[in-house]
Amino acid sequence: MPGVTRLSVRNIRKSFGDHEVLKGISLDAEDGDVISLLGASGSGKSTFLRCINLLETASDGEIFVDGEQIRMVKKNGQNRPESQKQVDHIRSELGMVFQSFNLWSHMTILQNVIEGPVHVLKRPKAECIAEAEALLEKVGIADKRHAYPAHLSGGQQQRAAIARALAMKPKVMLFDEPTSALDPELVGEVLRVMRALAEDGMTMLVVTHEMSFARNVSNRVVFMRQGVVDSSGAPDDMFGSGASPAFRQFIGHFGGEQ
Amino acid sequence: MATLELLGFGQNGWGALLLVATLMTLAVTATALLIGAVLGTVVATAKLSGNMLLVGLGNVYTTVFRGVPELLIIYLIYFGGSSAVTAVGQWLGYEGFLGLPSFAAGALAVGIISGSYQAEVYRGAYLAIAKGELEAASAIGMNRMLRLRRVVMPQVLRYAIPGLGNVWQLTLKDSALISVTGLAELMRTSQVAAGSTRQYFLFYIVGGVLYLLLTSFSDRLFNRAERRANRSMPAAAMGQA
Ligand SMILES: Nc1ncnc2c1ncn2[C@@H]1O[C@H](COP(=O)(O)OP(=O)(O)O)[C@@H](O)[C@H]1O
Repeated sequence: MPGVTRLSVRNIRKSFGDHEVLKGISLDAEDGDVISLLGASGSGKSTFLRCINLLETASDGEIFVDGEQIRMVKKNGQNRPESQKQVDHIRSELGMVFQSFNLWSHMTILQNVIEGPVHVLKRPKAECIAEAEALLEKVGIADKRHAYPAHLSGGQQQRAAIARALAMKPKVMLFDEPTSALDPELVGEVLRVMRALAEDGMTMLVVTHEMSFARNVSNRVVFMRQGVVDSSGAPDDMFGSGASPAFRQFIGHFGGEQ
Repeated sequence: MATLELLGFGQNGWGALLLVATLMTLAVTATALLIGAVLGTVVATAKLSGNMLLVGLGNVYTTVFRGVPELLIIYLIYFGGSSAVTAVGQWLGYEGFLGLPSFAAGALAVGIISGSYQAEVYRGAYLAIAKGELEAASAIGMNRMLRLRRVVMPQVLRYAIPGLGNVWQLTLKDSALISVTGLAELMRTSQVAAGSTRQYFLFYIVGGVLYLLLTSFSDRLFNRAERRANRSMPAAAMGQA
């Protein structure tokens, strides 16, 4: 359903102590949008992503997921969610993929993938297993379903983590540097899965240093700098003549690859 | 009397009593371990809570009960508890001494000590859980209880098994001290047998052998549990990250 706003973030601020990391960030993602978040290390990309599913609590601002606003209250001058139950519900609608995979190490790959649907969504187990096996097939690790995470390569673990997130049928997928912890030869297999996901129409917000992904897969690029959005736009404009001086300098560090 | 007859199951043999005593030691140790598991979980939770008062109380518990001699704790609970019960009895008009049941008092005392060691085992096990896995549980929408049940508890158990094996051995040995309450466990029965037959050497060696049998048997059980739990751990040659 193009035209439906899946995620809307208004004027998010976040401070750690005296250090203001996010200085008012806004962003909308419509159905099927694939947005790459770029920026130098320390510019606040991860913090921004983690504020969206409340792994960090923004100091100020508004978040809507599929039209539902996350209700916040001020208590002793601290911003915090009004209802933990609503937070858990919103989180179940947002798929999160971490840099370090974070698969549950005491469960097999299949158990990892059905855990959320069975125990959070309380859906029938047999149904979840069938869906999980189809997902594992899709990300290319069906043969590993009874293995434990520690016995998989990083690339396989990250694909399993993507399947785990997808099993929740999320409205939006959030990726926090999904390929940064991988050996270079394993990056491609994860990017291919993400590209297929984008082509399926999944709404995605991707913090990445992979310029080829930002340029060729996403339909919007947002460049963050020192806690604000420096510039944003279609990849062709951003990587073409429309680039801001700061963005031009930033991609210069990547040696003009691609 | 022949050694075999003394240790046998005949009329003059101590075999049956020693067997029962061994089972008694096993029972009182298992009970103490369970009491210690409950106390240890509570104390570990307090120490991990981040609340200054609770952390302080938890530290006092583990410091005191690991630092004070075990025998003193047993005396305190058995004799102290008994005189408290006697005082209450007198107040209710009952004359005479009221003793605490020796099994319960002994298991409680050793359980309290075991709990101070188990608290440290559970705390260490919790801290060994990768923070990212807890975050992934929150991110998928698990509430605190579900996260505790599905991610925290199984992993705490997995990481705690080797430490619990040690605590079990320790608790098994501490249980010998319960003999001072008159409970007919292995230590006490060996003592009585040795004293009444004047075969000190024989019965203390047999007692020691029975303790060794118990520890080596339970060692094997814990090793098997550890191997099972380690199926999900990285194999040396495989895996990465
Ligand atoms: N939990 C935290 N406590 C204190 N400072 C933090 C915390 N997390 C992130 N920061 C700080 O916030 C800034 C932005 O970090 P981050 O969002 O990780 O940036 P990026 O993802 O763009 O590299 C950094 O200066 C970092 O040190």
